Amino acid sequence: MKRAPVLLFFLGPLLWQLLTSLWPEAELTRPLPRSLTLANYAGLGGSFARAALNSLLVAAGTTALCLAAGAYAAFAIARLQFRGRSLLLGASLAISMFPPIATVSPLYLLLRAAGLRDSLAGLVLPYSTFALPLTLWLLTSYFRELPDDLFRAARVDGCTPWQAFVHVFLPLATPALATTAILVFIFSWNELLYALAFVSTPAKRTIPVAIALFAGEHLEPWGQIAAASVTATLPLALLTFLFQRRIVRGLTAGAVRE
Amino acid sequence: MNARRQPLIMVAPAAALLCGVALLPVLAAIWISLHRSILVFQERRFLGLSNYQFLLGDERFWSALATTAWFTAVAVAAELILGLWVALLLQRGGGIFRAAILLPWAIPTAVSARLWAWLFNADYGLLHRLVPGIDWLGSPRAALHAAILVDVWKTTPFVALILLAGLQAIPEEVVKAARVDGARPFRLFLSITLPLLRPAILLALLFRTLDAFRVFDAIYVLTEGGPANSTETLSIYAFKTLMRSGDFGYGSALSVATFACVLVLGLGFLRVLGTRR
Repeated sequence: MKRAPVLLFFLGPLLWQLLTSLWPEAELTRPLPRSLTLANYAGLGGSFARAALNSLLVAAGTTALCLAAGAYAAFAIARLQFRGRSLLLGASLAISMFPPIATVSPLYLLLRAAGLRDSLAGLVLPYSTFALPLTLWLLTSYFRELPDDLFRAARVDGCTPWQAFVHVFLPLATPALATTAILVFIFSWNELLYALAFVSTPAKRTIPVAIALFAGEHLEPWGQIAAASVTATLPLALLTFLFQRRIVRGLTAGAVRE
Repeated sequence: MNARRQPLIMVAPAAALLCGVALLPVLAAIWISLHRSILVFQERRFLGLSNYQFLLGDERFWSALATTAWFTAVAVAAELILGLWVALLLQRGGGIFRAAILLPWAIPTAVSARLWAWLFNADYGLLHRLVPGIDWLGSPRAALHAAILVDVWKTTPFVALILLAGLQAIPEEVVKAARVDGARPFRLFLSITLPLLRPAILLALLFRTLDAFRVFDAIYVLTEGGPANSTETLSIYAFKTLMRSGDFGYGSALSVATFACVLVLGLGFLRVLGTRR
């Protein structure tokens, strides 16, 4: 029973949004709807589907880039001896704390010079400022947890560090890679500031931008906004329910031992 | 591949990416902030420090700094208290409960701001109907606290999870021993749980403070900094100066100032965390 007020606070607004999305536009002035309708969803149209596709592409691209650059870097930081490895991890943690606004102006000029402004590919690079530190942090702490003997045995068997990574550690790291991918995907899917600053063509908007700039012809179309919000929430709700264990473990990685 | 070079080659792409998209841009932002630079005019003239001189006398900057500081302090305090309560409830297990709590954290902030904007709506919003008389987004005094409420709703789950991890790391024997010694639940909480939870609390405090200080999404969607600039935080002011006015010189100075504040906060936290160890 103690949980009821907590659940009401966290889920109530979401349920109200769901109800609003099914609420006939003409009845919004009433305290409760007399009938429910799917008209708000039907009215969303192709531009919102386009935004969902854009978000999917950017989030998937960011995830791929960060895993591709981050997996072996995290392995090297966790397992190999070289100068500057703690500096690298420290710097990447510090970077994850940067306010994104601090890099908007130079990144805008950089992307414009590279011809990547106003493109989805141009969003993937700035997104790695928050996604790559997260990747390095999660994978490094995972590689550190694996037993020392594993690496020594691989070395004794004649593996170079690279071969030990590819043949021994990478296959073992599949669960950690999945956790990292889920978290990076969620963070990239939700990002607003860079997408707002670097993309101007309406057809290239991501979901958060489309929702932030959602405008009707006259009054604010609350029913449609609610339908759009519910649609944008569904994939994340699904991810959360399916992978909550992983998400929780990833979010709190290092929180206890530090 | 030479085995001694291998580690460096393995970290090179990640290090290059971090330098290219984060470290160099911060330095470039400082460089741009020393110029008069208006985007549409293709104008660029070296000014030295005069953007910063202007900033020191800019009342709108000081007001944005105060707004940001108030937002951060109130939101983080509320999130820690509420988060601790939720963590204690979560401790008794329940996967569905945990997943349900996680939902507000998982959805885009833009979505949660829109969702609350509808609850706050001055004509038909649910909150307005339940508690009439408060113009949540329309009055300067209420609007910032409405934004704080949205932030608390969205990020308390994260705080709760960090604190839950801390709670689960407390050895059971300690708690049992205290019970055997006759400690009442409240006394147990104050003398055993809270002190042992200190590292997790400090960590949540660090993450949330630095994150709340750069708040942008929720306020941009709820009020765009209005009414009468009463919810304008540093990130919002800098964003408007950069992207709406196209004033890259002064906008960069505002961005660098925001960065400097976060840096000072972060270093302050590291000192506290460092001395505790």
